[in-house]
Amino acid sequence: MTQISTANRVKPTKPLIEMRDISKHYGDYHALCGITLDIHEGEFFSLLGPSGCGKTTLLRVIAGFEGIDSGAVLISHQDMARVPANKRPTNMVFQSYAIFPHLSVAQNVGFGLRKSTMSKAQKEAAVAEALEMVGLKGYGARAAHALSGGQRQRVALARALILKPKVLLLDEPLSALDRKMREQMQVELIRLQRQVGITFILVTHDQEEALVMSDRIAVMFEGEIAQCDDPEILYRRPKSKRVADFIGVMNFLPATLHSHAGTIIADVAGLGEAEIAADQCPAGIPEGDALVGFRPETLTLLYDGQTATQREAAGVISEVVYYGDMTYYDVTLVGVSKPVRISMRNVFGRDVLAVGDATRVSWSAGALVVFP
Amino acid sequence: MLISPTALYALALLAIPLGAIVLISFWTQTGVRDFDTTLTGANYVEALSDPIYRALMFRSLRIAGLVTLVTVLAAFPIAYFVSFGVPAQKKSLWIFLITIPFWTSYLIRVFLWKVILGYNGVFNSGLKVLGVIDQPLTFLLYNANSVVITLAHAYAPFAILPIFVALEKIDRSLLEAARDLGENRVMTFLRVTLPLAAPGVIAAVLIVFIPTIGDYVTPELIGGPGGTMIANMIQAQFLRLNNAPLGAALAVLAMLIVSVIAVAFLVLGSRASGAKGTRK
Amino acid sequence: MKGLKLYAILYLIFLYAPIFLLPLFAFNSSTIIAFPLQSFTTQWFSALADIPEMHKAVLNSLRIAATSAVLATSFGIFAAMASTRYRFPAQKGLMGFIMLPLVLPEIIVAVSLLVVIVNAGFSTGAWSVIAGHTLICTPFAIAILQSAFASLDPALEEAAFDLGETPASTFRLVTLPLVMPGIISALLISFTISMDEFIIAFFLTGADPTLPVYLFSMLRFPKLLPAVMALGTLLVLASVVLLTIAEYFRRRGIKRAGAKDTGGFL
Repeated sequence: MTQISTANRVKPTKPLIEMRDISKHYGDYHALCGITLDIHEGEFFSLLGPSGCGKTTLLRVIAGFEGIDSGAVLISHQDMARVPANKRPTNMVFQSYAIFPHLSVAQNVGFGLRKSTMSKAQKEAAVAEALEMVGLKGYGARAAHALSGGQRQRVALARALILKPKVLLLDEPLSALDRKMREQMQVELIRLQRQVGITFILVTHDQEEALVMSDRIAVMFEGEIAQCDDPEILYRRPKSKRVADFIGVMNFLPATLHSHAGTIIADVAGLGEAEIAADQCPAGIPEGDALVGFRPETLTLLYDGQTATQREAAGVISEVVYYGDMTYYDVTLVGVSKPVRISMRNVFGRDVLAVGDATRVSWSAGALVVFP
Repeated sequence: MLISPTALYALALLAIPLGAIVLISFWTQTGVRDFDTTLTGANYVEALSDPIYRALMFRSLRIAGLVTLVTVLAAFPIAYFVSFGVPAQKKSLWIFLITIPFWTSYLIRVFLWKVILGYNGVFNSGLKVLGVIDQPLTFLLYNANSVVITLAHAYAPFAILPIFVALEKIDRSLLEAARDLGENRVMTFLRVTLPLAAPGVIAAVLIVFIPTIGDYVTPELIGGPGGTMIANMIQAQFLRLNNAPLGAALAVLAMLIVSVIAVAFLVLGSRASGAKGTRK
Repeated sequence: MKGLKLYAILYLIFLYAPIFLLPLFAFNSSTIIAFPLQSFTTQWFSALADIPEMHKAVLNSLRIAATSAVLATSFGIFAAMASTRYRFPAQKGLMGFIMLPLVLPEIIVAVSLLVVIVNAGFSTGAWSVIAGHTLICTPFAIAILQSAFASLDPALEEAAFDLGETPASTFRLVTLPLVMPGIISALLISFTISMDEFIIAFFLTGADPTLPVYLFSMLRFPKLLPAVMALGTLLVLASVVLLTIAEYFRRRGIKRAGAKDTGGFL
C-alpha cells in the first residue's frame, strides 16, 4: 500500500458541505437514513462502503441528481433544496465517465464553457490548460471514442474541473481500471487535489483506495454512517466490529472485562490480561463478556532467543501463507480454538516457519480494541 | 407523461376500432349503410354453422400452420449458420442480406411467385427447356401449395431474426462446458443450444403464424379457389357482399382463435422451458 | 458448417429469386411474362411515363408515406424515451398494446378502422390511410428507437446537466445528436413500410389509390404486366437504396454510441 502521510497536509476545518439528517427511500427500501455530515473546504473525503450502502445515492444527492425525503443539504451555507444540478457549484466524474461520444476530446472538456462569457481564445486556453493538468496535452483533436480507459477518465476529470467547482464528486472513478493503472491514478488524483485545492468527494467500495487517498473517510452501511474519521484512526480504532471487519484484516478474541481502581482490565482468551485505555473501547462499556480485536501486524512471532518487548503468549502455527515480502501465519493460541492471523515482514536470512511449529507471540495492550 | 401521445393515439386508433368491430359483429345489416343495432348473436351462429366459413377457417389454420412449420424449420439452420458459422464482423451483413427482400414491394414479390410457379411460369418453362418434364406441372399454382411457398418466402426474415437473436445470446462458454463435460457436438446441440434457443423459436412461430392467418394478398393473387383464406372472406363481406356485421363476426372469431392458439403456445413454451431445470 | 453454408446460399437464392427475375422481365421485349426471354428493350420503362394515373398514385403514396413516417417516428420517440427512461404503472401493458399492430393481422386493423370511419360519418381518403399506416409503423419506429435510447448512457445526459445545461439544451446538445441515426432509420423504415402497405390502403384509400392499390388493379390486365415489371424494378431499386442508407445510419449510430453491433432492424 502506498500510504501517503496525511501529517503534512493542511487540516481544513471550515465546513463547505453540511448535510443535516438526510433521509431518502425508494418504496420500502431506505437508501439513506438520517445522514448528518460536514465535509470541509479543501479536503479529500471518501464515502466508503459495500455496494448498496447508499454511498452513491448520497453523492448524487449532493450533486442534485436525487431528491431527498427529509433533511437538508447546504453548500457554502446555502440550502440546495431548490437548486438543480446544473446550478450547483459541484461537478461530477461519472463511474462510466460519460464522455460524449459524438464530440472530440477538446469539445468534451470545453462542454461546460458554452454559456461562459469567455472569448473563444480564452475558452481554448482554458481547455488546453485543463488537458495539460490531467496529462493529456495535445489530445484535444482526438475523437472521444478512440480513447483508452485511463484517458477517458482524465478527460472526465478535466471536463469537471474546467468549471472550477467548489466540490468535485467522483463516483467510483477507478473501478474500471486495471490494478496498475488504478494505483497510478490514485497518486495522480491526490496530486491533482492538492494542486487545485478544492474539496474532492470520492465514492468507493475499495477500503485500500479510501485509506490511501483520503483526509477523512465516512464508512457507510445500510444508509447510515457507521464511522467518520481520518484513515489512521479508522484503521487503528474502529468503533464497531463491522467497521473493523470491513477495513483490513482484524483478529477477534473473546474477553471478559472488569474494572480495577478506575482502569478497565480485559482478560483476553489466549493472550492474558491487558489494561484498556479510554480510546480503546466505547464509553460506558459494561463489565463482563466482550470481544477484543487487533490487527495482524500488531503481533510478532518470536524466534528462538528473542524476548518479548511487551507481553508474550504461546501457540502453534496452523497455516502459513507466503506472499513474497510478507508471510501470513495462522497461529492457534493456547486455550483458543480459532487461530489468529499474524503478518510478518520477511527478513533475508530468516527462515519462514512451518505448520506445526510451536511458537511464542509478542503482543502489546495498546494495539487492542474492545467491542461490546 | 411522455408515453401519453403515443398511448392516446394507439387507444384512439386501435382500441376504439377494435371495440367497434366487436360491437358491430352483434348488429344486423339492413341496407348499404344501415344497421339494425339490436344486439344479436346471429352473425356468430351463421359464421360457426355455415360449412363454407368453417371450411375457410380450418383451411386458414391449416395453411398458416403449415407455413409456420415450413418457415421456422427452414429458418433455423440459417439463423444457426449466421450465429455460429459467420465471423462476427460479417454477421450484420448477412442479416442485412436476409432482410432486404422483405423490404421490397410485397405485392410484386407475391406476383412474381405467380410468374415463377404458373402454368407457363419460370419453373415449368425452365424444366421444359431442361427436358425434365413434357407437360407443365399444375399442382404449383392456384392452390394451398403456392400459398405456402409464397408465404414461407415472405415471412422468412420474421422467423430467422428472433431465432438468430436467441442464438446470439447463448454464452459460448456454455457450449465449451458441455463439450468439456464429455458431450459430442450433436448432444451439445440437443442439450444446450436447442433448449436455450427455444424462446427464439417460440417467438418465430408466433410472429409467423399470427400474420399469415390473416394474409389477404397471397391467397387472393395465387391461392385460386383452393387457396382462399379467411381474410379474403372478411374483405368480401365488407366491400363486396355488404355484410359488415358478418365480416366483423368473422374477424372477431379469427382474432379469438389466433389469441387462443398463441396463448396456448406461449403457455406450452414457458412450461417446456420451465421444466428445463428439472429435466435430467 | 460447410453443408450449412451451402444451405444458406441456396436459401438466399430462394429469397432473392423473385427479385432477380424482376429486371429480366422488365427488360424483355415479350409481353408475356415467361421463359424463354426475347430481346432486350427499355420500352416498358418509357411506357411508364405515359400512365398519368400511376403518377398520381406514386405522388399520393409518397405524400402518405412521408406523413406517416414523420408521425410514427414522433410517436416512437415519445414511447421509446418513456419506456427506456422511466418506470410507470401499467408500463408493460401499455407498451404491449402500442406494439400490438406488429402481430395483429393487418386486415383486422383495416376493417376495424373502416368500420369506425364509416359509422362516424367521415369519408375515407389519404388521411385515413395515414392514420392506419402511422398505427402500424409506430411499433417498428419504437423498436428501432428503443435500441437507440437504450444504448445511450443516462450518465451522458446527467453529465451535460451537471456541466450547467438545462434539460432542454441537454436534449438538443447530447440526446438528439446521439439518437439522430436511430431517428433517421426509423423514418426510412416507416416510409418504406407505408409505401409498400396494401391491405389498409385498399380499405381506406377512397377515391385516390396509393401505388400498391393501383398496382394491384394493374395486375388484372396482362397487357400492363411488363410495365408492372419495370415499375417493380424501380421500386426494388428505391427500397434497396433507402435501406442501405438506413443501415448506414444505424451502424453509425451504434458506432457513435460506442456500443457493439447486434444485428438487423427488427
